[in-house]
Amino acid sequence: MSNTTIVPFGPQHPVLPEPIHLDLELDDERVVQALPSIGYVHRGLELLAERHDFIEMANVAERICGICSFIHGQGYCQGVEQLMGVEVPPRAVYLRTVWGEISRIQSHLLWLGLSADALGYESLFQHSWRIREMLVDIIEETTGGRVIFGVCKVGGVRKDVDDAVLKAVKGRMREIQTSFNEIASVFREDPTVKKRTVGVGVLTAEDAHALGAVGPVLRGSGVARDTRKLGYAAFGELDWEPVVEQDGDCYARCIVRVREIDQSFDIIAQCLERMPDGEVDVSVKGKRPKGEAMFRLEQPRGEVCYYISADGKKNLARFRVRTPTFANIAPLVHMLKGCELADVPVIVLTIDPCVSCNER
Amino acid sequence: MSWSWLPISSLVTRSALSKPVTRLYPVERRTPYARTRGHILFKIDNCNFCTICAHKCPTDAIVANKKDKTWAIDYSLCILCGNCVEDCREGCITLSNDPHPPMRAKEIWRVRKEYEAPPPPESPKVAFPEEAPR
Repeated sequence: MSNTTIVPFGPQHPVLPEPIHLDLELDDERVVQALPSIGYVHRGLELLAERHDFIEMANVAERICGICSFIHGQGYCQGVEQLMGVEVPPRAVYLRTVWGEISRIQSHLLWLGLSADALGYESLFQHSWRIREMLVDIIEETTGGRVIFGVCKVGGVRKDVDDAVLKAVKGRMREIQTSFNEIASVFREDPTVKKRTVGVGVLTAEDAHALGAVGPVLRGSGVARDTRKLGYAAFGELDWEPVVEQDGDCYARCIVRVREIDQSFDIIAQCLERMPDGEVDVSVKGKRPKGEAMFRLEQPRGEVCYYISADGKKNLARFRVRTPTFANIAPLVHMLKGCELADVPVIVLTIDPCVSCNER
Repeated sequence: MSWSWLPISSLVTRSALSKPVTRLYPVERRTPYARTRGHILFKIDNCNFCTICAHKCPTDAIVANKKDKTWAIDYSLCILCGNCVEDCREGCITLSNDPHPPMRAKEIWRVRKEYEAPPPPESPKVAFPEEAPR
């Protein structure tokens, strides 16, 4: 007869921003097994693609996730453009890259805040979000929305940004980077953060590869794989290398995100430096997508895949998204085996779970 | 002696001695940016009731009737995508920078009742495969 106890974790839990349920089988305080279950916030967004006009659907695709909203819109638009054979103007491509990277920084800052909160470090949580607020202001100034950007459309972007505004953004980004460097040193050096994260939830490179981990979870385990290296948008023309940490523990995943924020600041500066002139969109009037396309992008949480199938009608025949959280659930279950109950919230948060994204 | 506690201590001390970064919200409000999507404004004078805006609205928040020459919007359904603003040929629809004031449940009901949103589009018929005999 086994002496294990089953403790339910979630779907509503103080450290979980979104609903995921884990049945933790415990032997004393040690986790023997974790069984995840999802499906609490399914919204049926993929089916909407079969009912809505493919141009209007860009608005819906952006609402798949509230944090990486722009990158979902970008992925959808790039997939449809690939099907229609539309060439997007270079200025639109660079603007998409800049907004995508701003979106990545704000997502990572949000995660840093939440992870500090999970560690019980309230002041660090507030400081991370204070810096994120400055970025959200830049997003609002350039796009008009704070969370939902609403600027990506099939054929380019809806709004151009004046060079004067871009110059101001460049200056403000430098200020934000200076503020960020202050909290980055806390995440890198603070003994409280290190005590809770170093050596916790270790995922080796072999396991990460075998279990299909993506994004910072994979790069934190020493595998240098970043979908941006495929060279979509303007990434092929920019000078950058994937951020990799070798240890595979919670601390390594945290440091990957901290370093990625620094890298994104650098990518944005490069884009603003090389920003081409010209139009920001091309007309797609009268064109209809036909055929099948598979498209991969790097979201803040990892690789996302879009499958788009169209048969030349106004609506798409099928739209399917494989989000990074789904890919990271199998590594999460593996990491939870053998850990202490008190470490479970920290390990769950280090995959940056976005359950609404996952269930669409 | 390790100085790793220094970054957070200096940050916290500086924050404690400086002004708060938050605002006293209803009293002190931030000026919206020129691009902020606040709410939809409509000028009926030039409208020719072509109803393109209603067709382009992804949430069916706009209801326009060519016959009765009426135009209405349900602010609680509007997602501020800006499709109607872009597609209006007469320039009747514009975006205001100020957010729409919050509405009470009663007001939303009134708006919905008054404008009678059209029935939702019929769902496509999906043929389920017959259940396999057990």
